[in-house]
Amino acid sequence: MEYQPPQFFKRGPAPLARLTFFGLLSVLLMVLDARFQYAEPLRHGLTLAIYPLQQVATAPVTAFNRVSDFFSSQTSLRRENASLRSQQLKNAQSLLVLQSLTQENQQLRKLLEARTTLSSPSVFAEIVYAGRDPFSRKVIIDRGSQNGIEPGQPVVDGSGVLGQVTRVLPLLAEVTLITDKNQSIPVQVLRNGLRGIAYGSGDGTTLELRFMPANAEIQNGDVVVTSGLDGVYPRGLPVANVLKVERDATAAFAKIRLTPTAGTNKHRQVLVIQHSEELPSRAEAEQKLKQAAPGKAVKQDKPKTTPRRGQ
Amino acid sequence: MRRNQGPQRILRPANAFFIAFSLLCALAFNLLPWPDLRLVPDLLALTLMFWCIHQPRRIGVGIAWLFGLTMDAANGALIGQYALAYAFLGFGAHVIHRRVLSFSVWQQAVHIFALLLVSQLLMLAVRLIAGGTFPGWLTFVSTVIAAILWPFITDLLLAPQRAPDDIDETRPI
Repeated sequence: MEYQPPQFFKRGPAPLARLTFFGLLSVLLMVLDARFQYAEPLRHGLTLAIYPLQQVATAPVTAFNRVSDFFSSQTSLRRENASLRSQQLKNAQSLLVLQSLTQENQQLRKLLEARTTLSSPSVFAEIVYAGRDPFSRKVIIDRGSQNGIEPGQPVVDGSGVLGQVTRVLPLLAEVTLITDKNQSIPVQVLRNGLRGIAYGSGDGTTLELRFMPANAEIQNGDVVVTSGLDGVYPRGLPVANVLKVERDATAAFAKIRLTPTAGTNKHRQVLVIQHSEELPSRAEAEQKLKQAAPGKAVKQDKPKTTPRRGQ
Repeated sequence: MRRNQGPQRILRPANAFFIAFSLLCALAFNLLPWPDLRLVPDLLALTLMFWCIHQPRRIGVGIAWLFGLTMDAANGALIGQYALAYAFLGFGAHVIHRRVLSFSVWQQAVHIFALLLVSQLLMLAVRLIAGGTFPGWLTFVSTVIAAILWPFITDLLLAPQRAPDDIDETRPI
């Protein structure tokens, strides 16, 4: 039998060997995640594993909020009550106008035989924590597939569109904010109906309205709302205000910066809208157009692409 | 009489449960809902480095990598991004662990700052290759804050190992 020295100081493989092994494994996982989205099961498992820990971590914060709510002074409560009451009066007035307008709108739509826009059901959710990754703008909310959340659903807060659900776990869901660099949203200028697509700029506070002609009729302070053309976002939700328009004679497009109306870095309570609009696929729509106008043959043969839901 | 003091002070063995508990606490700290994340130091990286330096035979590259993977999953980051950075931190801490403990804690903090900075640049490079944007110089402030926290983390995590001063004057040693 071969002699083996006793292993007094057994230390396993050298650290450099370990670093090489784990470094290569990380690179492999990154490629799998970024290019092929194969790492999702691993992500789900790990997220479920730390779910209890994260609940424990946020428990003191929640408890503190509750306690400070309990001890909030009477004067501040009365002040808040008064301001809420005045706001309620204003809202009641506009609500009355809204009701009459809704009825009028419905009748007009009936007259036009247009589809009635349905009010979508929504799920209330709270932001559990913000993603720590400085390269993307994501928040994690406390409702998941158990509550009927699906990828692609829009998320709003009290003042506008916040983002879109991009990943769903059983008890949590990940929302990519509209300020994320990879997020885009079809919009419309409220004043004149000009359509465009707003992209997140990645700096966390602004959006960009790209590919608008240099002479596009947009002013500072214009309100930009969702156009609803994609079938993902319902029409008419406020998205952003125009912050700055730069028109450069040498560039083909104007440079337009927007600030989101939703508090992308502020609020904790959000609403997930379970909006689903059955849009006909593009191929079908073109077929119908061809049938409707046989004289004018549609020449271009577009590739059969269905509109992508989500980002 | 202050006999058992200073860098040459004899420490009690570290408790494995305490190591695990401190790492889980740091992970929970990183998962808290912060208003502005760019100023919040990465406490998990700091705690991992502390144990890699003080207990290199227990905590090493592998465990650091696993915690990095957990951070990736929790933050919705690219899977492997934090894992790579933490594995590098574990390795760097192992390289300097014999030398760095002979310095004072503030000098140690400078070493720690250098390692944290390199790991952050590593993460930045990975994300820029994967098609991200530069997040701004403010992100480096969190690294400076983390390095400043090092002496306090050292005091906190070494506290259970520091035996109470022995006041038995008759004992020979």
